[in-house]
Amino acid sequence: MSISTALPEQAPLGRRIKRFMSDYPLVPLLILLILLVLVLQMLSPGIVNQRWIANTVKFAIPLALLAGCQTMTMLTGGIDLSVGTAATMAAFIVATQAVDNPAPVAMMIALIPAMIIGFANGIGVGVFRVHPLIMTLGTSLIGVGCLQVYQRTVIASGAKVPDFLIWLGTGVTGGFPNALLLFIPIAALLIFIQKRTGFGRLLYAIGDNERATRLAGVKYWQVILALYMFSSILAGIMGLLYMGLIRAPSLSLAEPLVLPSVAAAVIGGTSIFGGRGSYTGTIVGALILTVLTTLLTILQMPEGARRILFGAIILLVTAAYLRIIEDR
Amino acid sequence: MMRLLRQQGWVVGLLALLVVLLIVAKLIQPSYGAGDFGSLVRAVLPYAFAVAAQTVVVIAGGIDLSVAAMMALTSVTAAALMAGASEEFALLVVPFVLLMGFALGALNGILIVVSRVPDIVVTLATLFMLQGAALLVLNAPGGGSAEWLRNLIVGTVPIPVLPDTIAAFFPKALLLLVVLLCVVWIPLKRSRLGLSIYAIGSNQLAAFRSGVPVARTKILAYAFGGLFGAMGGLSLTMSTGIGAPIPGPYLMASVAAVVLGGVVLGGGKGGLLGPIIAVFVLRLARTILTLLAIDPNVTAIVEGTILVAVVMFGAFIAMRSRSR
Amino acid sequence: MTKQPLLEATGVAKRYGAVSALKNASLTVLPGEVHALMGANGAGKSTLVKILTGAISSNAGRILVRGQERDIRSPAKARVAGLVPVYQEPSLIPDLDVLSNLRLTRTPVEPFREWVRELGVPDLDLREMARDVPLAIQRVLDLARALAVEPDVMLLDEMTAALPANLAERVLDVVKRQSQTGRSVIFISHRFVEISALCDRATILRDGETVGVVDIEPGIEERIVELMLGAKVEKKRVARKQADVDASVSAGSTRIAVRGLKVGTKLHDVSFDLRDGEVAGVVALEGQGQDELFAALAGSIRPEGGTIEVDGKPVHFHHPVDAIEHGIAYVPGDRTEALAMQQSVRENIALPFSAAFRNWGPIRMAREGATVQSAIERLQIDTRAQREVQRLSGGNQQKVTIARWIAADARTLLCFDPTRGIDVGTKQEIYRLLRQLADQGKSVLFYTSELEEVQLVCDRAIVIFGGKVVDILPVEIADEAALTRAAYGLSRDSKAEVGVLAEPHSAPEARP
Repeated sequence: MSISTALPEQAPLGRRIKRFMSDYPLVPLLILLILLVLVLQMLSPGIVNQRWIANTVKFAIPLALLAGCQTMTMLTGGIDLSVGTAATMAAFIVATQAVDNPAPVAMMIALIPAMIIGFANGIGVGVFRVHPLIMTLGTSLIGVGCLQVYQRTVIASGAKVPDFLIWLGTGVTGGFPNALLLFIPIAALLIFIQKRTGFGRLLYAIGDNERATRLAGVKYWQVILALYMFSSILAGIMGLLYMGLIRAPSLSLAEPLVLPSVAAAVIGGTSIFGGRGSYTGTIVGALILTVLTTLLTILQMPEGARRILFGAIILLVTAAYLRIIEDR
Repeated sequence: MMRLLRQQGWVVGLLALLVVLLIVAKLIQPSYGAGDFGSLVRAVLPYAFAVAAQTVVVIAGGIDLSVAAMMALTSVTAAALMAGASEEFALLVVPFVLLMGFALGALNGILIVVSRVPDIVVTLATLFMLQGAALLVLNAPGGGSAEWLRNLIVGTVPIPVLPDTIAAFFPKALLLLVVLLCVVWIPLKRSRLGLSIYAIGSNQLAAFRSGVPVARTKILAYAFGGLFGAMGGLSLTMSTGIGAPIPGPYLMASVAAVVLGGVVLGGGKGGLLGPIIAVFVLRLARTILTLLAIDPNVTAIVEGTILVAVVMFGAFIAMRSRSR
Repeated sequence: MTKQPLLEATGVAKRYGAVSALKNASLTVLPGEVHALMGANGAGKSTLVKILTGAISSNAGRILVRGQERDIRSPAKARVAGLVPVYQEPSLIPDLDVLSNLRLTRTPVEPFREWVRELGVPDLDLREMARDVPLAIQRVLDLARALAVEPDVMLLDEMTAALPANLAERVLDVVKRQSQTGRSVIFISHRFVEISALCDRATILRDGETVGVVDIEPGIEERIVELMLGAKVEKKRVARKQADVDASVSAGSTRIAVRGLKVGTKLHDVSFDLRDGEVAGVVALEGQGQDELFAALAGSIRPEGGTIEVDGKPVHFHHPVDAIEHGIAYVPGDRTEALAMQQSVRENIALPFSAAFRNWGPIRMAREGATVQSAIERLQIDTRAQREVQRLSGGNQQKVTIARWIAADARTLLCFDPTRGIDVGTKQEIYRLLRQLADQGKSVLFYTSELEEVQLVCDRAIVIFGGKVVDILPVEIADEAALTRAAYGLSRDSKAEVGVLAEPHSAPEARP
């Protein structure tokens, strides 16, 4: 057997474009985002202004947070479909607990179910090796059941959204949404974890080649347990913020955001097979989806067509990434 | 005989469990009888078809996350077509919907084979697409169902030789379920295609080397999954008289029943009988919780926990058999 | 000879990306002959068999069956064309019963039954699940299934490898008689005894090319070994001189002591010591249990019997991390097993640093950078394409897998064929590195499929055959010929083997 040792000095154009895309996935994404905004402006002249931008950012932030959960779990080749339930539980519980408790206590209580869901996911995926999709779907079903039971116990006491959350969720200061005060530190933390911590390194490595990490002495279940707990807590925090934005407690508050959160991470260049992606891409992906949603609303595209589109995006982007990765 | 017992031991055990649960139900509520059994079967019907759909695909080594969405889409399509239409028109609707299920299932398979994306991701994407399509057909529960179709699952099968008290335990819904499953499954299992489905799930490389057309077999396995899904969708329309575009809780239930029924996630093993009995067991467990006057929401939690525990157990078994 | 060949393959080539597994192979099989296909590990035998039976398609070459070009691009089509394989790993579907397996391949049942009886399995139950049939019997069933369809050419890959002696004898007998019906058999085997007893001619492959076709006659064995090794035989003196210099290391204390190790079905009873400051070579044909040995020492799988002692204390590894904590690092031969291909060189080298929970926090980038850089420099890794390891050349990738453990300062390296498929220059660098490590008092266990490397790198060679250590050769006499003989289970005195070839039926006990 022989192998050609030289680096390919001049690859064909198609291959170079592929390589460029996989090195700088942010560039085509930003181009796409700008194009979408331009189309929006053309369809409905004058819509793009400072208020619109603040509003778009405000709605993109919850999506970006939830997509953060997907980005982190997808790095290991997983997915977390229970984030909708974790967020909804946190939101519903904070609204009902805030009636009798001071806001910080209510928020703490609200994050406990999220932690439990994350723990269960981590054990199921990390120790029992259930496929993350199935596992998180299952815990999400149980979570919804628990929430329904909980709802009946607090139905008499009413609900109250803490003022702080409303300020954070809907407030705009000097043209900037207050939610950025929460989002920027979280985004910075996520990016720091991914780039500069041992934990982040392990996420990428596990998604890339789990066997190699085992040979390097990594214990899979430890990483996975920590990961899914982190993801659920992040989802819980997002639920608190979303409660402040929507202000009406419901039992399916964050569920409609689950599919877009997967789509945002996939569009943002995170590979559903693991090992590749970054949170910066995901943020742009969330912005793209938010603008796209506005666009589809203007075009009066029904909800059904939107879902078909999202599904098709996930499939197409995944198939495309598979081709890029295979091109060794 | 011994071998049959050994191979079917799991199924026999499940059957025994089912009988025990029936006795428990009878003990808790002495009036539990034929009527309750009939409603149990009617409640099981859509689950049973979902499980059948999942079983075929899992035996072939895949997994179909889109099964509940497929049922929703076929259900609303049938309901929308039959709304206000004549009874005879429904005779055309039924084969059309079945064919649609078969074709959409095949599409799942084709997407998997062509895109080379793993089953679980492709069917996640088609889950959303089928859901969206269902919303396009009907964006709120509605539509209608032909009367004769609804009557297919109401009442019992009149068996002249049996006294009424016993005949009452043969609801039409059970007959429909058994006939439909047998008509599709038995010829399939006996055919070379059936063998090939088991073969690609058991060991894809060995199957390829034995001359099995792997891609075609996989596509057909998903197509039959789609066909069963369409039957499930029709049964939803039959029992409710309308179609609802939001998928029911059939995905988790189908995966759990498949695992509980002795079909190993990963493929190649098991049959249809086990999962079908398993789905009866799971439904009956729910009935018993209800009979115990437990809050239905708590019931949902207990049920969900059972499902997750079963799936975890199944994954654990699959992991053990892989490492050996 | 005027007979038209049953099968004629010329100029067959197969490339996987940049790697060519087969360059220019040819094979001609005459009616009624048993034809041996021989070659060292990685010479391309199995690739050629896969092409001939439709499991993979070739990039170039012509394949004629009975003088006609036939479509054999899938296993089903190859079957129709009359080419039926029996692979090394059983190809019965484990979850179907035997009868269903026959239906799946359209094999007639009655002839199959006959053949099974003929092959020495009188009481087969066709309703038995293939999974429950013992491995050896499964191979016999595979053979019977092939015989039952009466193919023109049957390809047997290491047919007798997993068989007990009585079954193997029946199998050889049946194969021999098969040729009398005018049908042919292609027989792949590592065992000279069988080949001399059975075969008429042999085609020898080396590095993906057919280098010779010989008639099997007494005394041909030396010639075959020579053909398999090729010009390499000449190289050995150069190698010896260098090895003499390198090998002048005084033996250190015992680092790892392996006693009676038994792992899985392949490794039965292996004992040896690995000392500080030495490179111990492991030599074995494919599938003699060396994979299991390395996996057990690396903590990847648990042995069923025997003991492993590290620095005089018995150890039980449950996870690779346990081995790593004892300073034992495993460098797999398959680089895709060890590398996170989409990550950078730096991240790959630094991977073990983050493994433990206490190291999950922020990384001290400067310190890590320095450690990684020194490892990169020590191995002279070409870092022009360091952003993704998958873009490096094979040799550089292999260096990264080793650099990881240099950076982690492992005391013992288990290198499993680290030079497979990489260029000559890099090989030299790896040899030098391994010697340097040994000179620093570290220990290296070095399995290699390229026998010439033993004298270049090692202090001695541990030869494994049939799951047991059959010989431990001092480096001075461990030339390729000696190693080849030892690896085939032949004793050190080569002259005696000619006798075996001369009397085909006299040596059944040579089988392990």
